[in-house]
Amino acid sequence: MSSETIRELTIDSDFQQAKEVEDLIVESAETFGYDEEVLFALRLSLEEGLTNAIRHGNGYDKAKRVRIRFLVSPEKIDVYIEDEGKGFDPEKVPDPTTQANLENPSGRGIMLMRAYMSEVIYNETGNELHLVKYSKAG
Amino acid sequence: MTNQARIEVRHEGKAKIVELLDEEILDEITISEIAESLFSVLEEGSANQMVLSFARVKHLSSMALGTLIRLNKRAEEHGGKLKLCEIRKNLYEIFEITKLNKLFDIYESRDLAISSFG
Repeated sequence: MSSETIRELTIDSDFQQAKEVEDLIVESAETFGYDEEVLFALRLSLEEGLTNAIRHGNGYDKAKRVRIRFLVSPEKIDVYIEDEGKGFDPEKVPDPTTQANLENPSGRGIMLMRAYMSEVIYNETGNELHLVKYSKAG
Repeated sequence: MTNQARIEVRHEGKAKIVELLDEEILDEITISEIAESLFSVLEEGSANQMVLSFARVKHLSSMALGTLIRLNKRAEEHGGKLKLCEIRKNLYEIFEITKLNKLFDIYESRDLAISSFG
């Protein structure tokens, strides 16, 4: 079983590298016995968080990097995703489920993370995302 | 152009039956390749009735949903219709959370989706 220390990785604004980080965190959660439902939620939320960091935060700029810190324990999974962008106000993202926005092709990532994770917290600047998923037993 | 086949297409009557071959439709690269294939299938020939099967799909992201919305709009612009089917329970939940189950015509089986065209 993996030790319960926080791990830190820094990647380029690159989707392949993001995928490798996703795999690593999901595998780590698997090692701790988290069930399919949690792994599904985790993979989806990591994809949304990392895509937002690369796309909206770093604006696909390969010179900008994404820093990921994560800690998996039997009680919970913590993931921090920090980009080098200017940040944003998550409260200003329009509700994608209203009639007016239903056909808008973007703007659902944050909503999905909020639905699938226990906690979704942005720092004040809005360039760092903290995802938390508690184990059902915890 | 993609090297890997992302979709499989069959024609049944007026409808194009498209099966998504990827288990994970999450990242931008995969999604843009799938989108390219889907849009070109939709626009070839005269029939714009498309059934999209998710039987093999296990993971879907918000960006993939965005592609489906654009595809649906394009089908309608061409006087056609897009029907989704064979979406597993946990994926259907994503459609429910985002309320996109109200936007799309979703069927349990491929046969029901095909027969819905009348």
